[in-house]
Amino acid sequence: MLSPGLPLRSPRVTVLLTVEIGLARLAGSISRAARRGGGTTLPGKLLWRVDRGAIDALSARLPQGTVVISATNGKTTSSAMAASVLGAARRLAWNNSGANLASGVASTLLDADAAELGLLEVDEFALPELLPRLRPRVLVLGNLFRDQLDRYGELEHIAERWRDAVAELPPATTLVVNADDPVVADLASGREGAVRYGVDDPQVARPSLQHAADSKYCVRCGSPYAYAAAYVGHLGDYRCEACGHARPRLDLAARDIALDGLEATSFDLASAAATTRLRLPLPGLYNVYNALAASALCLALGEPPAAVRRGLESFGAAFGRFERVAVDGHSVLLLLIKNPAGANEAIRTLAEGGVPSTLLVALNDAIADGRDVSWIWDVDFEPLLAGASRIVVAGDRAAELALRFTYAGFAAERLEVVRALEPALERALELAPADEPLGVLPTYTAMLALRKVLTDRGLVRPYWERTR
Amino acid sequence: MRIRLAHLYPEYLNIYADRGNIAVLERRAQMRGHELVVTAVGIGDRLDAAGHDLLYVGGGQDREQALVAPDIATRGDAVREAMDGGTAILAVCGGYQLLGRGYRGRDGQWLPGAGVFPLETVAGDRRMIGDVLLECELEPGERWTVAGFENHAGRTLLDPGATPLGRVLAGFGNDGSSGHEGCRVARAIGTYLHGPLLPRNPQLADWLLSQALAHATGSAPEPLEPLDDALEADAHAVSARRARDRGGRR
Repeated sequence: MLSPGLPLRSPRVTVLLTVEIGLARLAGSISRAARRGGGTTLPGKLLWRVDRGAIDALSARLPQGTVVISATNGKTTSSAMAASVLGAARRLAWNNSGANLASGVASTLLDADAAELGLLEVDEFALPELLPRLRPRVLVLGNLFRDQLDRYGELEHIAERWRDAVAELPPATTLVVNADDPVVADLASGREGAVRYGVDDPQVARPSLQHAADSKYCVRCGSPYAYAAAYVGHLGDYRCEACGHARPRLDLAARDIALDGLEATSFDLASAAATTRLRLPLPGLYNVYNALAASALCLALGEPPAAVRRGLESFGAAFGRFERVAVDGHSVLLLLIKNPAGANEAIRTLAEGGVPSTLLVALNDAIADGRDVSWIWDVDFEPLLAGASRIVVAGDRAAELALRFTYAGFAAERLEVVRALEPALERALELAPADEPLGVLPTYTAMLALRKVLTDRGLVRPYWERTR
Repeated sequence: MRIRLAHLYPEYLNIYADRGNIAVLERRAQMRGHELVVTAVGIGDRLDAAGHDLLYVGGGQDREQALVAPDIATRGDAVREAMDGGTAILAVCGGYQLLGRGYRGRDGQWLPGAGVFPLETVAGDRRMIGDVLLECELEPGERWTVAGFENHAGRTLLDPGATPLGRVLAGFGNDGSSGHEGCRVARAIGTYLHGPLLPRNPQLADWLLSQALAHATGSAPEPLEPLDDALEADAHAVSARRARDRGGRR
């Protein structure tokens, strides 16, 4: 069946494309009807396979164009924050379930009949292929951390691909970079009109770089950076004493940051034009970075600071990222962990806000999780182990987690290995004291599976039914 | 007994959970009443190789490895002398390549190594990534499997007559074709296997500890008192199954 009423603006959108769209959508409906997950990316996968140029055409029919966010960590949360601001005044085509490969982007654009603006988070590896197709008005590059080396390859390799992609950007695209990441900041050097954001508050800095910190050596000359302040992983106020390469001047900064436990974070959002105090209803310094990325994006689109504040202050959690769910009288706190830098921040935030006495940690090793599970040894789990009294480890590689924790000195008798996820959740709920939250830290596919358990119990809405 | 471990370039070579290997050695030594004393050795630092019972060199990304290479190339004599004197060595991934004679890059450029292991590495076209399972026989008649994960672009070629760490049961190994993985010289082991290597291969951890203890005491290596390794065995079994199911595929 063809889809009537499609606003076919671009000459490239042909009858053939319309047929492709219809077929791809039909496949999505079948997938959902067959309860094979959300059918999030299936239509896009089909379309992407049939006609790669379809993305160009679909994106070109959006009257306000597209904006793109990429980063190793925080792209789902940053784009959800941006949606909270931008969605108030326009209809968005937004890949809100984190389907950020070409197929997910294609699916989102397929579904976006009446949308005005495309808000797309894009996987860091898929970015170079998608940028020339999407031709975004604004491109936000958040950070590069080592992540699933078995899948993405080395950090420098991704950086190289980004460098080439940025060099090809049309002049009309506003490039927004995180100035606190030396590799990412360097991408904007010499680019006209680029926007640089960062954290400017040494009071919340860490005493030293973490074990897993990446990019510790100067992008220009290879000497170690000196940090006036290290905030998250290798993000901070860096300077190379050998060649002088240093963090550039910030166009948008977070200052005077007050971390309020597991509840919220307040800070001044400061640009040359205005300073706005805002209260973000999310914990953790890494969420300040996410808020900066979202704010820079929205300001670049011309949103007034007051609208940015309203959007950020009314923000809920993104899919599985600090999501709170009430289950059998417990408050379950769901924190996705997927690489050392991201996991360290989730843990740091829990440790500062009070570690729940009972934890469920789940490690899978599917492609989306990373088949190589060695990264768990580079995560500083120690503050969590010091604060928790009972831990259930789960997932296909539960035994590896058990070894990680017991070799760190966590008593074996306070640890339980329950490989299957649903029984593990049951057991953790049983162990958690009635009036205390249960902390759940799953890797990506474990998070999807646990969320499905909660969805089947009617406790969270399936992600494909969430409002935009 | 104090076991003296020198950890080479921990600031540069640490990507594949190398500190997991150190944590395992530390704890397993402690559970037998020994103390592992770890000294970090960075670029340009003095290294008294023979004054240590165990040397550890981990893996790094290409950029970090290139930063370390000129320094490690100057350490060849000291490390070889220590090895000849009975110091044990564990070198993983990048560290394994750097302790060989050198690395031939894709552009033909030759990056000299420490020349401790009888091998050379040449850059390959495609990375060899996946789970691996080996069969090792470090002591005559004692065969066991070693399970881990590999991720390397280099093809490592052992000199004729050199001894590999083990025979590849599943996965790529040194070069994807010889059926060999790693290299062993006396008490020194080089391998591509991370994951990290030692938590799920406790026999190998204990073998290294007993070699290091032998150097510390000046006597012959003795087997260590067994520990409850149920979790380790479980992790090993899952990792070995992964290698059999999906190792060595491109």
